[in-house]
Amino acid sequence: MNINLTIIGQAIAFAIFVIFCMKYVWPPITAALAERKKKIAEGLDAADRAERDLQLAKEKAAADMRQSKEEAAAIIEQANKRANQIIDEAKEQAREEAERVKTAAQAEIEQEANRAKEALRAQVAVLAVAGAEKILEASIDEQAHAQLVEKLAAEL
Amino acid sequence: MASESGTLTSSEYISHHLTNLTFGKLPAGTTRYDGTVVGDGGTWTFAHGNEAAEMGFWAINVDTMFWSIALGLMFVWLFLKVAKSVTEGVPGNAQNFVESIIEFIDENVKSIFHHKNDLIAPLSLTIFVWIFLMNAMDLVPVDWIPFVASEMGISYMKVVPTTDVNATLGMALSVFGLIIYYSVKEKGVGGFLAELSLQPLGKWMLPFNLFLELVGLFAKPVSLALRLFGNMYAGEMIFILIALMPFWIQWILSVPWAIFHILVITLQAFIFMVLTIVYMAMAHDHH
Repeated sequence: MNINLTIIGQAIAFAIFVIFCMKYVWPPITAALAERKKKIAEGLDAADRAERDLQLAKEKAAADMRQSKEEAAAIIEQANKRANQIIDEAKEQAREEAERVKTAAQAEIEQEANRAKEALRAQVAVLAVAGAEKILEASIDEQAHAQLVEKLAAEL
Repeated sequence: MASESGTLTSSEYISHHLTNLTFGKLPAGTTRYDGTVVGDGGTWTFAHGNEAAEMGFWAINVDTMFWSIALGLMFVWLFLKVAKSVTEGVPGNAQNFVESIIEFIDENVKSIFHHKNDLIAPLSLTIFVWIFLMNAMDLVPVDWIPFVASEMGISYMKVVPTTDVNATLGMALSVFGLIIYYSVKEKGVGGFLAELSLQPLGKWMLPFNLFLELVGLFAKPVSLALRLFGNMYAGEMIFILIALMPFWIQWILSVPWAIFHILVITLQAFIFMVLTIVYMAMAHDHH
């Protein structure tokens, strides 16, 4: 157990290692650690932000969806209304058309009936005269009697 | 169990293992281990047996210096390698390892030392890792390296530098120098002297205060050095004693002791570091 020069040798070695460590070892490693710390903090921050953004986007998507649904419902309702309207209009038109056709038919029928009456009337005069001729078996002045028969026919 | 004479007694074996390889100058007239007498002007040589005591202060423990510097270089090499290729991205295995040590040291320094000083953290790192490595030499079986050394013709080889009081005292005195330096730098010579003499009992008890504070001051490096030295020396002694037992029982004792010693070597390195930080913090604190 002799105290000797080793004390000083050890102290010098110690000092050299400490200074070396202080100059070349400690600063770069702690700088890298600090840098990584910062990066991790930034990463976590970014993750938080992204999560918030996602939340917002989800909310926005839900709102959009709701609005689209409402719009679609409105459009469908409108379309239904319009369809009803078209049906009503068509019904109205059909009714009017039917009315018109009916009126035309009635007019035609009336006309036809009148024509038949007229024809009948003409025929009746002849028939009546012929009938009378037969009944009388005499020669009757056709001229004289025609007026009479026509009067009769007009009363028909 | 290496020896020049074949068989050794237990006490010879122990003292052989506890002798440093000392290089120094033997004064003229000294009787050497082989009976020769050193001639005029003395002689530079490696000490045998008790000759190291004759050499006095101007001798050096070559084994202590060799192993401590080799381990220190190993520490610096590993950390420098990592520091050069350091990335703030995904760290590799070596960087992970180094970073965990550095963060551990940084945490300890920050929790104890609250001033601005760029020296303290690297100082603590060096102390912790270097002392840990020197202590860890304790776990190498006690005969391996001395045996190889004796085969190479080196008769003494103490491989655990911290079992040499010179090594621990060298570091402790360096720390002591830093205590004085920072005390004076932070408080001025007057402030430092006032701190030494005006407390704890006020200026009317100045001599008593001075005595008390000086004892406290000088106890710091001595306790630092002797705590580490004592623990490691005792641990090494136990390993040597275990090595003296019959070979079939050695592992039963040396394995538990080695496992326990893993704790001791780490703890002693840690204590040296923490106390250094505390002393540095005290040197910076104004009272």
